[in-house]
Order: sequence, then C-alpha cells, then structure tokens
Amino acid sequence: MKYKPGSRWKSAVCSAEMVVVRPPKGDGDLACGGSNVLEHDSAEGGSGDVDSAFSEGVLIGKRYVDEKSGIEVLGAKPGQGSLSFNGRAMHLKDAKPLPASD
Amino acid sequence: MKTTLLLDIAADAAGDRRAFGDLTFAELRHHAQLAASWIMEQAAGQVAFLGLNGSVVPTLLFASGYAGLPFCPLNYRLPDDKLNQLVARTAPSVLVADDDMVERIGDHDGVTVVSRSAFEAEIGSRILPEGWAEGDGEIAVLLFTSGTTGEPKAAVLRHENLTSYVMETVEFLGSDEGEAALVSVPAYHIAGISAILTGAYGGRRIVYIPAFKPEEWAETAAREKVTHAMVVPTMLDRILDSVEHEHEPLSSLRALSYGGGRMPEPVIARAMKLLPHVDFVNAYGLTETSSTIALLSADDHRAAFTSEDHAVRRRLGSVGKPLPSLEIQIRGEDGRTVLPTGQSGEIYVRGPQVSGEYLGKKITDEEGWFATNDGGWLDEDGYLFVEGRLDDVIVRGGENISPGEIEDCLRGHAAIADVAVLGMPCTQWGEKVAAVVVSKLEVDCEELADHVRSSLRSTKTPEVWFFEDELPYNETGKLLRRLIKERLSDDEAAA
Repeated sequence: MKYKPGSRWKSAVCSAEMVVVRPPKGDGDLACGGSNVLEHDSAEGGSGDVDSAFSEGVLIGKRYVDEKSGIEVLGAKPGQGSLSFNGRAMHLKDAKPLPASD
Repeated sequence: MKTTLLLDIAADAAGDRRAFGDLTFAELRHHAQLAASWIMEQAAGQVAFLGLNGSVVPTLLFASGYAGLPFCPLNYRLPDDKLNQLVARTAPSVLVADDDMVERIGDHDGVTVVSRSAFEAEIGSRILPEGWAEGDGEIAVLLFTSGTTGEPKAAVLRHENLTSYVMETVEFLGSDEGEAALVSVPAYHIAGISAILTGAYGGRRIVYIPAFKPEEWAETAAREKVTHAMVVPTMLDRILDSVEHEHEPLSSLRALSYGGGRMPEPVIARAMKLLPHVDFVNAYGLTETSSTIALLSADDHRAAFTSEDHAVRRRLGSVGKPLPSLEIQIRGEDGRTVLPTGQSGEIYVRGPQVSGEYLGKKITDEEGWFATNDGGWLDEDGYLFVEGRLDDVIVRGGENISPGEIEDCLRGHAAIADVAVLGMPCTQWGEKVAAVVVSKLEVDCEELADHVRSSLRSTKTPEVWFFEDELPYNETGKLLRRLIKERLSDDEAAA
C-alpha cells in the first residue's frame, strides 16, 4: 500500500508536511494545494502554485479525513495548500483533546 | 508506525523546543540516532537499562526504536539475585547501567555491560556514520511485571500499541512552549515510558527527579515552573504534607494526574482543597494496555466534589470514563457473559493500544479482548469504578468480598491513618476478613467494627484486627498485600 500508516509526505507546492495515520481503503492520490504530495525525503518540491480551490491551509497537529476512502492524515508542518484525496477535499476531524495523564 | 516517528516530526517542526533539561528535541533526536548507531554495532537483541531517571532514559528509549530493538528498563530496587535473573533473560543485550550499579551485575553470556558515563562519553565523541539507516523491529519496549506468583513476565509493548495510545490521547505539539511535566516514576514503570512519548509528541518539556522524595518534588516543581505532573497515591499524600509544612503554593502547577493504585478519597479531597488552582485527573491503566485506558477529568472531579447527589459524589472514587479510542466491558465469572450496568465483574478492554501480550504469549481472546484481572463496574453514565485485583478478593463462605470497599469505609473513620483489608484462612468460612490498621488516634477494634457494620454489612466486617506502625508499599504506590499476608501467617504460626 502506497500511503502506509506512519508514512511521511510533503506538499509539492507549499510548506505543509503530513503523516498518514490511517490508510485509504483503495487506490488514490493524496494531494495538497491541488498537486500530488511527495515523499518526505524526496529531493523535489517547491515548484508550482497552490490551486485556489485547495488553499484553505494545513494546520499543525490537526487531523484531516476523507470519509469515502477512510484516509486520515496528521498535519506535521503547516502550509497554505489544503488536502484532498482523489480530488475530494479532506476536512478537519473534530477531536476533543483529552487531559494529560502521564 | 514507530515511536521514533513521534520524535522525528516533533524535532522537524519544533526542533528548538526544550525536550529534557537543556536538551532540545533536535538534539535529543541527534543523540538518540548516535546511540542507535552505536547499539547497532553491538551484537544485541535488546537494549537494557538499569538506573535512575535522567536524559539517558529518553535517549535510550528512542535509540532502541531507531535501532529496531526493544528497550528493556530494569527495576533497580530488586535484590541482586532477582535482578541478575532478569539481566540474564535480556541476552543477547547491551545493558547501560548507572556507574554505581555496574558492580551489582554479574557475568552473563551475551550481556555487554556499559556504564552510564562510558555510554555518555561514547555518544559525546561519536559522529553519525555515513549512510546510517534505521533498523526495523516491531517491539518498542519490554517491561517485566512484578509477578505475584512465579517468574516475572516480560510485557510486550509494540510500536503500534504505543503510537496508537499517544496519537489518540495527545494533540501533536498541542502544549504551550512554557509547559513542563515533572516525572518522578521510574523508567521501568509504564507511566515513565508513556510520559516520554506523550511529552515528545505534545512538545512538552520533561523534568526528571532521579527518584521520588516529597521535598525534592515540591522544590523542583517550583524551581522548574512545572505545569504538569503525574504521581501515584502514596506520593500525593506526602507531597501535600510537604506543601503544608513548607508553604509551597506550587503556583505554576496547572494539572496533576494520579494513578497506579487506589486513591483514598480523603487524600484527593485534601489535595483539591490545598491546591484549588490545579486540575486533578485520575488515570487508570495497566502496563499491558500502554498506560491510561480511563480518565476522570478535572471537571468531573469538581462536579463530584461539590455535589449533594450521592451518585455524582461517589464518582470521586471512580476512574472516570473509558478513552474514546477503546472499548470496555464488565464480564461475569465465566469470562463470557457481559454484565449490565451497576453489576460488578472483571474489567475487559479492547483497542489498538492494548497489547495483552507477554514474550512468547498473547493472552487477548480471539476477538481481541484483554482480561485485566481487575474487578469493577460501570455506573449509569459510563463511569468506571475499579475494585482492585481479583486475586485480592476475599471469598468468605461463598461470598466475594472486595477489600477496597471495606478499606474505603475504614478510611472514613477519624482514627484511621491507613488500612489494608485481606483474607485469612479460616476453617469455618474458607476465608475470614482481616484488617491491618495504622491508627492516628487511640481506637479499639469494637468501635471500628461497628463503623463498618453500620455502613456495609456484617459479613464484610473484619473479624480479626491487627495494629501496625505502617503498611508496606512499593515505590510506585502499590500496597504489598502479599507481604502483609506473609507476615500475618508468620505471626499466627508463632502465636
């Protein structure tokens, strides 16, 4: 599976970085700012522009989901582009933080 | 998903934040990778550690992850013979030991012992070898249980258990930059491990005290402007004494979580009164569940503390609600029947953070449920009440009696400082209820028996009473019932 849990990715068009928390059920493409994401250690990046249709931003520490495929992604670094899977905009997962217990 | 990922993303996004003492997250990662490269040159299958808290603990925990080997912290409080039996079981291993503990370790085939100072010197002078790459491995941590009978078991915590726990309970870099957590539980306790991982992922600095002392705890909390801390029940009572005597207001402290044993209600009530600015959180969890599985929040504490309603008030003695990321059931003695609300049985838990596994033995059932061996029940609103280890249940004439309920009742008596209730062999009933009491005022057992009889029932009233100066606890606050039982049977034999 391409988007394995724990795999790290970065936006091709902005500063956002992400970690896959749950993999998608089928094939598909994860994109940020409208362009497919790159592997985290890839030498490429920084070319192209954020598509205005996907420009709501990635926030650090937030989770993003696409219900249809089940993919869930963590924002590891913020950026201008927003996430999509197979062209569907992913949205912020509503999560209430728990109090610290350790 | 590996635990090292938690540190990697924190070091990439907030590398300048302080992780431990003056060490930043970026530096901690660098040290851990240097240590991993050294570990990978040894012929080791495990990374063992024997020593007090300090930055060497997170360094070795993450280094083991980078090397793809399990980290196995050992209990330095064990007597030498027991300790060496465990050391032998870690082979083939590299064992980093505090300088003054090295001599306690005998010769073992396949165990390379390195002193902490030699290890730190090695890391200090090392350069990451070119082309170094992380190793693969599924097991993150091995923790030896105390083992009530027979050999201690090595509880297996896989990377996926621990990362699941951390990512489901903590927000990545969700801590403010100034936050600091004081860790006083030892590295060989699950809470010592989870504190490192949640600290790294949450971006919260950790402050260690090498081993717990109440004055040092309060003094360090004040000096380091500690905002968060986790303690076990016996620690809290002693910290409160120190807070009162030293007039230390602990003004930076925002949240104090407690767990690892039954918290007497008078202690938590005293804590809430003495430290009204602090959020108290009760956390219940086990080694085999990667730490916390249920939480009583600060709001729940306040609601219970001020409530006139008995059902709400008694929640101060509960462990709160199960985490949203897992499921809890109460089952009957057959281990299958799921009991309804309000009925007491064995607590079962299922979820990705639950390992339920010892080296060579997975003990979850075919549907993934883990039997905790703790008795408990759920109230109408889903609050979990833990009654204690099922092994401690007293069976008197066919009736199951939980010591915890009787102990709580006795603690409510003004003359009682501490108490343990346990079963003793009895020819008539199989077992009889015995109470071992530490009193702070003069009191006779008739009065105490009346006190129990009036609020519980006569079968739960202790039939034998012992008065002691103190009760034995281990350093993580667990009452050593077995030790008390042994003493009592020796006394009986002598009498």
